[in-house]
Amino acid sequence: MFPTPIEKSPRSIRLMYNVALPIALIVWLLPLLAVALTSVRPAADLNSGNYWGWPTSFDMIENYTQIFKNTPIGQYILNSFRVTIPTVIFAVALSSMTGFALAIYKFRFNMTIFFIFVAGNFIPFQILMVPVRDFSVNMGIYNTATGLVLFHVAFQTGFCTLFMRNFIKALPYELIEASRVEGVAEWRIYWFVVLPLMKPALAALAVLIFTFIWNDFFWATVLTQGADAQPITAGLHSLNGQWASAWHLVSAGSIIAALPPVAMFFLMQKHFIAGLTLGAVK
Amino acid sequence: MNARRKFDQKKIAPWLFLAPGMLMFLIYVIIPVFQSMNISLYDWDGLGEKTFIGMDNYVELFDDEAFYTSLKNNIIWLVLYMLAIPAGLFIALFLNQTVFGIRLYKSLFFFPFVISQVVVGLVFSWFYDPSFGLMNVMLNFFGIDSIAVLADERYVTYGIIAAGLWPQTAYCMILYLTGLNAVDPEQIEAGRLDNAKGWRMLWYVVLPQLKPATFIAIVVTVIGALRSFDLIAIMTAGGPWGSSRVLAFYMYEQAFSEYGFRMGYGAAIAVVLFLIMLVYIAFFLTKMYRDERG
Amino acid sequence: MALFTKTALTSVAALTLLGGTAFAGELVINTDTSDPAPKAAFEALIAGFEAENPDVTVTWNLFDHEGYKTSIRNFLTADAPDVANWYAGNRMLPYVNAGLFEPVNDVWEENGLSESLASAEGSMTIDGKIWGVPYTYYQWGVYYRKDIFAEHGIEAPATWDDFLAAGETLKANGVTPITIGTKYLWTAGGVFDYLNLRTNGYDFHMALTKGEVAWTDDRVRATMANWQTLIDGDFFLENHAAYSWQEALAPMVQGDAAMYVMGNFSVEQFKVAGLDVDTQLGFFQFPVIDPSIPVAEEAPTDTLHIPSGAKNKEDAKKFLAYLARADVQSEVNKTLGQLPVNKNSEVADDVFLQAGAEMLSNTTGGIAQFFDRDAPAEMAKAGMEGFQEFMVKPERLDAILERLEKVRARAY
Repeated sequence: MFPTPIEKSPRSIRLMYNVALPIALIVWLLPLLAVALTSVRPAADLNSGNYWGWPTSFDMIENYTQIFKNTPIGQYILNSFRVTIPTVIFAVALSSMTGFALAIYKFRFNMTIFFIFVAGNFIPFQILMVPVRDFSVNMGIYNTATGLVLFHVAFQTGFCTLFMRNFIKALPYELIEASRVEGVAEWRIYWFVVLPLMKPALAALAVLIFTFIWNDFFWATVLTQGADAQPITAGLHSLNGQWASAWHLVSAGSIIAALPPVAMFFLMQKHFIAGLTLGAVK
Repeated sequence: MNARRKFDQKKIAPWLFLAPGMLMFLIYVIIPVFQSMNISLYDWDGLGEKTFIGMDNYVELFDDEAFYTSLKNNIIWLVLYMLAIPAGLFIALFLNQTVFGIRLYKSLFFFPFVISQVVVGLVFSWFYDPSFGLMNVMLNFFGIDSIAVLADERYVTYGIIAAGLWPQTAYCMILYLTGLNAVDPEQIEAGRLDNAKGWRMLWYVVLPQLKPATFIAIVVTVIGALRSFDLIAIMTAGGPWGSSRVLAFYMYEQAFSEYGFRMGYGAAIAVVLFLIMLVYIAFFLTKMYRDERG
Repeated sequence: MALFTKTALTSVAALTLLGGTAFAGELVINTDTSDPAPKAAFEALIAGFEAENPDVTVTWNLFDHEGYKTSIRNFLTADAPDVANWYAGNRMLPYVNAGLFEPVNDVWEENGLSESLASAEGSMTIDGKIWGVPYTYYQWGVYYRKDIFAEHGIEAPATWDDFLAAGETLKANGVTPITIGTKYLWTAGGVFDYLNLRTNGYDFHMALTKGEVAWTDDRVRATMANWQTLIDGDFFLENHAAYSWQEALAPMVQGDAAMYVMGNFSVEQFKVAGLDVDTQLGFFQFPVIDPSIPVAEEAPTDTLHIPSGAKNKEDAKKFLAYLARADVQSEVNKTLGQLPVNKNSEVADDVFLQAGAEMLSNTTGGIAQFFDRDAPAEMAKAGMEGFQEFMVKPERLDAILERLEKVRARAY
C-alpha cells in the first residue's frame, strides 16, 4: 500500500492487488449494480419473489419505455434541464464578476463581503425555507423553473464567489497592472484579460454546479409541485409513492435520474475533480 | 485627466461587478435569515394573521421531546459522518497506485457521490427491505433473522447514516487522492531512511502533508451531516414514530409537511440549527482569515 | 408561465386568452383528481356542466395528489381558483379559520341540500356555516381473502370474539390475520378509529378528536387495551412500520395475510396487484366489540369549496349546485367507484359499493370522517405517530398517552 509503489512489491502482492481491485469495486458498487439488474427484470420476477436470482428475461426496453409512456418522467427530466442549465450559466457568470471584484480591487469591506459570501454557503437551507417560499409565491414564480433558478443562482453565488476569487487571486497580478498602464478600461480587463484565463475555473465550476443543482431535492420539494415544474429528484420521489412495490420501475427511474450527472462526470472528469478539490492541495 | 478617470473607475468598478451577485445574495440568503428569526417570534399557520408570542416558540422547543430526539440524532450524524474521512483516506491510499486501468477504477469508486441522494435513498431503502432486501437475504444466508432497519428505532438512524456515508466517503476519497498527488516523494524517502514504516509513516510523514485535504474533508463532512435532509425524507420520513428525525427534517415537518402548519415553530427550529452551524462558520472563517493574513 | 396543467376543455378557452381580460363566464377549477378514475370522473362532470351552461367555460387545473396537500395553501392565498376540492371535517378548519373558504349556505338553501345531502351536513358545518358541497364518500371496513377464509372454514366475523377466533384459526394455519403498512402512519389511524368507535361509541370518539376528552382517560385506555389484545396476539403483519399501505397489499395478495382494515379505494389496488376480486376478495363490517354501543362507521367525504378569493363566485355556486344533484352524483360516483352523498342518487352496480351503501344507510351510531380529518392537523400527526409506536412498543402506552395529552393541551 501507499507509499510503497505496487510495482516495487513482490510479485505475489502485486497479483493480490490486481485481484482485490475489481472485488473491492464490485462490493463498493453492489447496491447500484443491484438496481441496474432490477431495472431490466420483468415484473413477474418480482411478484414471484425472484429478487436476486438471474432474471427470467431481460425486459430493459419494455421497462424503460413503460416509465416514459405511463409517467411524466420525460417532463421531469426536461424540467431538471430547464432548472439546471440556466442556473449554471447565471451562477458562473455572476460569480466570475464578484470573484473578480473581490480578488482584484482593494477597498473597504472587501474582506467582509467575501466572508459573508463564504458564510452563506454554510447556512442551513431550513432557515431560508419559509421566507424564500413566501417570496416566490408573492412574486408569482412559485412552481416555475424561474423560481428555482433564481434561488439556486443566488445561493450558489456564495460558493462560486469563493472559488472564483481564490482562482483569480492566484493569477499573476502583473497582467492587470500592465493593462491598466496601457489605459484599458476595467470592464475590458475583466472581459479580455481575466476571463480568458479563467476558462479552467469556469469549466470546473460549471460541471460542479450542474451536479449540485441536478441532484437538489430539498428546494425542488419546497418551490415546485406537480409534473409541470418539478425536477426529476422530486418527481422520482412522488413516482416512488405511486409505484409502491414495482421495484423494477423504481430502479429504471433511478437509473434515468442518475444518468445526466454521471455522463457529465465522465465527460468532464478532470474539471470536476479540479473543482471539488479546490483547496485540498496547497 | 486620464489618470483621474482611471482612479474613479477603480473605485466604482468593484461595486458594479459586485452588484448583481450581492443583490441576489441579499434577497435570497441574507434577508431571509433575518426574516426567519423574526417569524420564529410569531405563532403563524402560514395562512392567516401572525400573532406575536415572543420567545414562546423557543420555550416550547426546550420542552419538546421530538426536539431532543432530533438534536440527539444530529449529534449522532455529526460523529458518525466523520467516519467518511478515515474511510475515504483508506480507499484513497488503496487506489493510489499505478496499475493498468486505475483511472477508471478511481472514477467508478467516486460514482456514488455523483448520483442524487434521492437515488441513494431509494437504493438503500431497498437494500434494507425486511422481506427481500439484499442485506436481509445475506443475513438469512448466515442464519441470522431479518432486521427491519428502517422500522426499528434502535437502528434506523444508523441505517440512514450508513447510506449517507457511501457518497460522503467517495467525496473524501477524491479529496485525498488529489492530496496524495502533491505529497513530496523526497519526504517519503527521508522518512524511509528514518525507518518509518506503515502506521508511523502514515501518521508522521504522509498525514501532515495531507492537512489541507483533511481540512476540506472535515468542512464538507460537517456540512453534509448537518444538512442531512434528503435521505431521511426519502427513506423514513422521520419514522418510525419520529425516531429518525434530525433538526433539518423536523423543521420541514412542522412548517410544510401534510400536517405541518406551524411556520413560527418551524422557524425557531431552523434558528437553533443555524446557531449550531454558526459555530462551524466561525471556525472556518477564522481559519480562512488566518490563511489570508499569513 | 406554465403554472399548472391547464386543461382547457373547449376551444372557447382560446377566446378567453385572446380577449385578455377574463370574461364573466370563465370558471377556474383546481382539483387533485389525477389518478385515472377520478380524472375521468371530473372530465365527464365538467363536460356535463358545460353542456348545460353553454355560457360558462371551465378551466381545469389538475394537480398531483400528494403535492396538492401543500399547494392548496399557496393558491388559496396567492392565486385563488373559483372552485377547489378538499375534505370535510377538521381538515378544512385551517382554511375556514383563515377566511380562505366562502360559506355556501345559500347554495344549500336554494337547492334543498339540507335534505338531499343531510348525512354530510354536520361534517360540512363549522361555526354554524356550511363551507362546501360533498360529492362522494366511501366506506371503511375489513377487506378479506374470502377464499382463504373458506379454505379454513372461517365465517366473516360479526363480533369481537368471532374476530379473535378467526385470527387464531388463521394463525394456526400459518396466515397472518391482518396486514397493515404503517410507514405513512394513517393506516394506524383507521384501526384506532374503529377500535375507539366500537369500544366507546361515536360521541366519545368525536369528543376525543375535538380535544374535549383527555388522552389519559380510562375510556381511551379501554380502546388501547382492545388494540393490545390484537398486538399481543400477533395479529398484525410483522415489520409493518417498514411498509407503505400499498406494499402491505403484497402479503395479502400472496396469501400470507388475510385481512386489511381499509377504505374502499383499496379494491382497485387489489385488482392492480393481481388479486381476482370477484372470487378472492370480500368485505365485512368491523366487528362489534360492545353490543350496547350503537354501531358507527368511518366514511371519509370528499368535497368541493369556493375560495373566498374566487373571481367568479356566481358560476362557482352554479357548479356546486350542479354537483349536488342526484343524477350528477350517480354518474360521478359510478366512474369514481365510490358512493354518492345525495340520498336520491343511485349506487353503482358493484358488490363492494352495494355492501358499503347498505352498511352505511343502516348506520345509526354516526359516521366519522377519519382520524386526520376529525382531529386538527397537529393532533392528527402526533396521534398517528403515537399509534404506530404503540403497535410496535405497546409497553410504552403511558408515555404515549401523556405525550398526546400534552399535544392536546396546545393544539386546540
